Amino acid sequence: MQPFTKLSAVAAPLMRANIDTDLIIPMGRYLMAERADMHRFAFEVLRYLPDGSENPQFVLNKPAFRDAQILISGANFGCGSSRESAVWALHGLGIRCIITPGFGNIFYNNCFQSGLLPIVLDEATVEHLAKLAASGNGGPFEIDLEQQKITAPDGQSHAFAVQPQRRTQLLQGLDDIGVTLRKSADIKNHRAADEKARPWIYI
Amino acid sequence: MSANTLFDKVWDSHTISSLGDGFSLLQVDRNFIHDLSGARALQALAEQGRAVMHPDLTFACPDHTTSTALDASHSGERYAKCVDPLRDLAHKQGVRFFEIGAHGFGIIHVIGPELGLTLPGSLIVCGDSHTSTHGGLGALAWGIGASEVAHVLATGAIIQQKPKRLRVRFDGQLQTGVTAKDLILYLIGRDGVAAGNGYAVEYAGPVVRSFSIEQRMTLCNLSIEMGAKIGMVAPDATTYAYLAGREYAPKDANWDAALAHWQSLPSDAAATFDLERSVDACQIRPQVTWGTSPEQVIAIDGHIPDPSAQPDPEKRRAYAAALDYMGLTAGAGLQGTKIDQVFIGSCTNGRLSDLREAAGVLQGQKVAAHVRAWVVPGSVDVKRAAEAEGLDRLFTEAGFEWRNPGCSLCVGANGEVVAAGKRCMSTSNRNFVGRQGTDSRTHLASPIMAAAAAIRGEITDVRAMMEA
Repeated sequence: MQPFTKLSAVAAPLMRANIDTDLIIPMGRYLMAERADMHRFAFEVLRYLPDGSENPQFVLNKPAFRDAQILISGANFGCGSSRESAVWALHGLGIRCIITPGFGNIFYNNCFQSGLLPIVLDEATVEHLAKLAASGNGGPFEIDLEQQKITAPDGQSHAFAVQPQRRTQLLQGLDDIGVTLRKSADIKNHRAADEKARPWIYI
Repeated sequence: MSANTLFDKVWDSHTISSLGDGFSLLQVDRNFIHDLSGARALQALAEQGRAVMHPDLTFACPDHTTSTALDASHSGERYAKCVDPLRDLAHKQGVRFFEIGAHGFGIIHVIGPELGLTLPGSLIVCGDSHTSTHGGLGALAWGIGASEVAHVLATGAIIQQKPKRLRVRFDGQLQTGVTAKDLILYLIGRDGVAAGNGYAVEYAGPVVRSFSIEQRMTLCNLSIEMGAKIGMVAPDATTYAYLAGREYAPKDANWDAALAHWQSLPSDAAATFDLERSVDACQIRPQVTWGTSPEQVIAIDGHIPDPSAQPDPEKRRAYAAALDYMGLTAGAGLQGTKIDQVFIGSCTNGRLSDLREAAGVLQGQKVAAHVRAWVVPGSVDVKRAAEAEGLDRLFTEAGFEWRNPGCSLCVGANGEVVAAGKRCMSTSNRNFVGRQGTDSRTHLASPIMAAAAAIRGEITDVRAMMEA
């Protein structure tokens, strides 16, 4: 997994609430596309017009935001289906960080599996950052995971929270399985005790 | 000992270790895998050279991409990409695989409970957001992503942040024509699609106590549609009666021990919740969604809200976009809106009681000539049981297509979709843009409301047909 330490990048504002994972990646694409190709279909319904050409109104198609690596969005981002392909699609598109007042919880967990940093800030701050991003002339946003700090183009800094193990794994690019397997003895002991306590679970 | 909630009791007993900041490593009792995330996770594991740690606790069923047509050949590109790898890798790893069309096959959230794999107090995960369904039996169950599925396969455990506790009480009595589906749609409409975000929900109160297990599963199923990954109902005599004798449910001395354990699970009287909500069920009428989010829902005799009357600008935008997509008018009612398709099925409403209730509405009437109406039973066992009591004939004689089990039109992953611009009355769980097919229009409702719409050819109030 690609580590996440610091990011200096353009942020694209996509300020609508309840962006669901069907909208991020439609089922038909999730089904048939390879993980590495998923980004071609990210936000397909918004990004392209019915004739297949780019929708010039969509933020990520605008010249100022084509290289955006940060997405600023409305509340409940990534709600709905558990499909991890939504994260793969965004990651493939170059998005490394999403800032919103709230995430769909399954999507939130999925972000960490691909080295994508999900940041939750209060609604007023997100609105403010979105406005700065939309103005498009203030320079990049700086994100420092070590310091857990975003520095906006207006020079203001905003702290964000991330669970310590998640942070460590992102900083080092470690996936969950390797980290968990270090606790194999604990897992085995818990299971052995449980097999005695609840034998009916084991069929 | 301090007072605990059902959720806390199950969570705590499955905690292997604390990881700080409210995160825990938890033991998984049942890992259900399917042909989308499950197949991908098994492939990822194979690429990493890792084995499935507990094949005996892992159960594979290809429900998402398999055709529900009676004459399906079950071959082709989708099968090669999704079903075959799931089957091959499951066999290779010693994981039980429920074969298409055989006993045990069906939508995972239907078969888990009906086979007795889903048990009170068990911790269940699946790479599908409607895994909350299993909470109807008092299991702690939630949906995870493909990488998390691989993690569970490799370790038998899952990393998770402990959610807060929300209790929703349903008081009063259900009115005629009002179902569990209407209750939960009403709640989502009232409190919003993010109301449960960060919470594990326990559904309680006299209405829930009076519910069958299948009704409880419908409630829990839609928890994710209000943002909660987990929905639970405390086990009780109804639960134990449902489980007794099921194929994988405990037997003999194991049953006695299990029962004693299950009886200790309900929330203690003094247990506290981070948030409490209540609903007066008497006030609820049959619900139908009008928009492209499950919270965009009204009572059948209600009016579609006016976007311009919404104080929140984001809501104004979302409402206007939804009306445009759905081809509906603000201020109008939904009754009389012509429909093209009806779908009765899914992990929300594809169980035997759902089919019985829907069939009860038909009363010898025919599906409107312009409507294509489908019944997709939730599992092979549901299908066989329905056929044994003649429900299939009631449906087919009315003009419904009686199909094989699977996720089908709920998610369109098997090629079965609603055509662009067409309007479908659906017992499924999501009305998102493009969910049932590109530019398809979905109205979520209960099985009886869907059956009534099939007969009338338009969205209609089932209560009028029940009183007649």
